[in-house]
Amino acid sequence: MDGRDMINVKKLNKSFGDLHVLKDVDITVKESDVVCLIGASGSGKSTLLRCLNFLEIKDNGQIIIEGEEVNADTHNVNEVRQKIGMVFQHFNLFPHKNVIENIIEAPVHVKGISKAQAIKEARELLDKVGLADKEKVYPSKLSGGQKQRVAIARALAMKPDIMLFDEPTSALDPELVGEVLSTMKELAEEGMTMVVVTHEMGFAREVADWVVYMHGGRIVEVGHPDEIFDNPVEERTQEFLSKTF
Amino acid sequence: MPSLSHVIEVFFDTYDIFLKGMLLTLQVTAVSILIAIFIGLFFAFLKISGIKVLEWIANAYIYLVRGTPLIVQIFIFYFGMTNLNISAFWSVALGLAFHNGAYIAEIFRGTIQSIDKGQMEAGRSLGMSRVLTMRRIILPQAFRRALPPLGNQFIIGLKDSSLAAFIGMYELFNVATTKGANDFDNMTYLLIVAVYYLFLVYLISALVGLLEKKLSVSD
Repeated sequence: MDGRDMINVKKLNKSFGDLHVLKDVDITVKESDVVCLIGASGSGKSTLLRCLNFLEIKDNGQIIIEGEEVNADTHNVNEVRQKIGMVFQHFNLFPHKNVIENIIEAPVHVKGISKAQAIKEARELLDKVGLADKEKVYPSKLSGGQKQRVAIARALAMKPDIMLFDEPTSALDPELVGEVLSTMKELAEEGMTMVVVTHEMGFAREVADWVVYMHGGRIVEVGHPDEIFDNPVEERTQEFLSKTF
Repeated sequence: MPSLSHVIEVFFDTYDIFLKGMLLTLQVTAVSILIAIFIGLFFAFLKISGIKVLEWIANAYIYLVRGTPLIVQIFIFYFGMTNLNISAFWSVALGLAFHNGAYIAEIFRGTIQSIDKGQMEAGRSLGMSRVLTMRRIILPQAFRRALPPLGNQFIIGLKDSSLAAFIGMYELFNVATTKGANDFDNMTYLLIVAVYYLFLVYLISALVGLLEKKLSVSD
């Protein structure tokens, strides 16, 4: 891919107390790239993702979003976040709002677009994720896979340039993983820039443009899926993949 | 012990004066609880602000309220406020609000903190500010969880309003004791006033139950 840079991370460090979670992490994501972050639990991949939309605040290093360096203390992160959608492992739908209310919440109350317009767009998104008949349903009545697809639609409703996925299928029953992955695959095919923390190696192999293997807070290896999965260079990558498959 | 027929007879003979007392009881309870909800929310926010001095102020307030009898608080408000030309009604209402506010603050603090932190993160990740997420996402859920203990507190507030009798407000309890003393028939009037309180408590429980049901559509 040779689009413009969407995300540049340079020498990013983050600690929780004495625990040094991210160590001099560098990563670049170009427009329409799908980047999958893989690695064992505790390798720092979720923290890296959360630093990208400032749910975690870096200790030092640079985070450059669409060419502009962003610092949580000097920038309005609320504006930056409108460009970056996020999908969580546990969906985090708003339980007191039904499906369509979940989706229109931010467009209406953050972007200030009219409710009628927001509903129109939300219906298109629900159609796209295959849940057109669920708009009046409350999250408690949805399956895990349906909840996650609503969460994806909710993030897309802000028309983000980048989508972050934090283990989007890890909390799902195995038979529901497929429907979420196929929604994500469609999104990737439409050219959405995506950063995905995942344990779904099949998805990474099939959909990712780049696979990033992390270990101990560092990026160990970056490559195309074929390179990483078939001919990993680093010993630790080989070890991780041999345990995974 | 008065006979049941006597109690019923007196009940129907005196309902007009009791209804006036009940109206006053309801008014002072409603006003005090409404104010207490705002006081409670305010101090709940201080407690979860993460700012030490604000937390300290909230804790001091709650400690003060819990550590002193309500009747003392009502008298302090009454004597303090009549100097400022504030009516007995408002000094009792504010005294009760000051008192209930502390308990309601703890109820709100607990329920706000019980909302999964993923809710705040989801709101923030959509570009919503902390305040907007609190208002639109966290508080509605916290309020729903707070309803059962709040209902309890409303009932306590209603019954505590009987202490207004001691500063001469002619509310339910005062009606009963005054009539009882005048007619040398205390027990009859105390049994009658108990019926009025039971009815009011039933009313509050039913209203809170209705509200709970209305808010449970998302379950």
